[in-house]
Amino acid sequence: MSDLSVDIAGIRLRNPTMLASGFLDETGGSMLRVYKAGAGAVVTKSIGPQPRTGYPNPTIVELDIGMLNAIGLPNPGIEEFREEVKVALDGGAVVIGSVFGKDADEYANVAKRLASYGAAGIELNLSCPHAKGLGTEIAQSAEAVREFTAAVKGKVNVPVFPKLSPNVSNIAAFAQSAEDGGADAIVAINTLKAMAISPELKMPILSYRYGGLSGPAIRPIGVRCVYEIFEAVDVPIVGVGGITTGRDALEYVMAGARAIQIGTALATRGLSAFVDVTSELLAFLEERGVKSITDLVGAAHG
Amino acid sequence: MARLEIVPLLDVVREVHHTLTYRFRASLEAGPGQFLMVWIPGHDELPMALSYLGEVKGITVHTYGDATKALSAFRPGDLVGVRGPYGNTFRIEGKRVLCVAGGTGMASIIAAIEAFHKAGSEVVTVLGAKSADELIFEERAKNCGDVHISTDDGSRGFHGFTPVLAKELMNGGKFDMVATCGPERMMEAVIDLASERGIPNQASIERFMKCGIGICDACALDDYLVCADGPVFTGEQLAKSHDFGRSRRDASGRRIPV
Repeated sequence: MSDLSVDIAGIRLRNPTMLASGFLDETGGSMLRVYKAGAGAVVTKSIGPQPRTGYPNPTIVELDIGMLNAIGLPNPGIEEFREEVKVALDGGAVVIGSVFGKDADEYANVAKRLASYGAAGIELNLSCPHAKGLGTEIAQSAEAVREFTAAVKGKVNVPVFPKLSPNVSNIAAFAQSAEDGGADAIVAINTLKAMAISPELKMPILSYRYGGLSGPAIRPIGVRCVYEIFEAVDVPIVGVGGITTGRDALEYVMAGARAIQIGTALATRGLSAFVDVTSELLAFLEERGVKSITDLVGAAHG
Repeated sequence: MARLEIVPLLDVVREVHHTLTYRFRASLEAGPGQFLMVWIPGHDELPMALSYLGEVKGITVHTYGDATKALSAFRPGDLVGVRGPYGNTFRIEGKRVLCVAGGTGMASIIAAIEAFHKAGSEVVTVLGAKSADELIFEERAKNCGDVHISTDDGSRGFHGFTPVLAKELMNGGKFDMVATCGPERMMEAVIDLASERGIPNQASIERFMKCGIGICDACALDDYLVCADGPVFTGEQLAKSHDFGRSRRDASGRRIPV
């Protein structure tokens, strides 16, 4: 039987699927449920220093090609989140803590707390396209990506994964900056800044007006970004953006991703998305006699 | 995924003082207990159970906050957004069914009362409210079977809390299904009474929601999502719940008392 387990910067995953941040990951009960449904790891909601309610509704727009969201980083704050992480860990889940903040210190302090709760790794949300004064600005400067990554690396001794924005002209340069800052892996991509307007009402649908586009529409962009990053850095890559099937995941793997994340597909395939993608991957490998998924990482590069 | 539809209101009917029914045509098909995310442009988007399921759909809303207050000023022809339907439905099973509604909870269960009746069940409804001027859809329920009224202040019908009247009815006759919607403490009492007597039961639960489609985790009830796994839960599911009757999540995801 082909081997689907992977190692990302020392974190062993039973299969390469991870829950993408922002989906069913604000409560311990839901994170554990997702892990039990077959995810190799779960990434938490992005957590900040204080409780935050997010934006008023509408916060999502369902589209045929995916989804727009501007939820606005709601989270219970790092103090209260301890209990949620505990519930997930006690049930056996592998938890990666996602953090955001307004400056490098905030990122580092929240990351340190999450690591102390037992998170196996830290994902840095440096790329949320719909949060004023937070991720957006950070994502626009490669130097800031290096600085924030280094600040967090200096405070935690678990692997650190900056999650990069596709809303830049050269994502490979940002990945290099993250690597310079000490990143143990790169997560790409976050959502694309986007908008939906109601013609009848002559107004943007989201209360924040702008949102992040996710789902099938962005998969070719994510695959291209991972392909470019793979050529620019040595650290492992976690691919995310519009993965619904095993074939979608394989595109990312062959572009250079060692693991992949699933989010929007939960709206179309439900929680079975993890088992579905995993079994589709396995079938592909076995049909071709491939021993390990890791043998295919970067296979599309000549 | 469901598409957002922008629809004009056909009519706005005042059921009782603070509770209005807004009706519209939409191309979606929904079952009893399902809900829509209703966009009140410029204000908010809220989960609303359908109180009318036919070609003309309706939502019946208690005016309690800024967004519902803004909605209460809407007139026929004004536009709202609807997407859905979401969630599960009441299970329409049972030869003799007791439906227990408290206050605006009647708006979520009236479609089920009608569905039970249409399916051939004998339906007995307990309709409770704080006082007589808060009772809604009494006539619609009467068209489906016996209706027993209770009011906390005794201004009509049984003087006391709704579950006390529900208990008398459960003791006085044989039911093989209990369905309820209303304040959480009331529902907790009703499903406990039913479960103690071995009567299958179901309750429609309310939680703060953002996405409505089972991805954002705002409406978590233990490891259930009220929007996708509910809003209707069985007594067995709720008996194992730590959150039901005790805690809910605020907009930031913090656990707070019900």
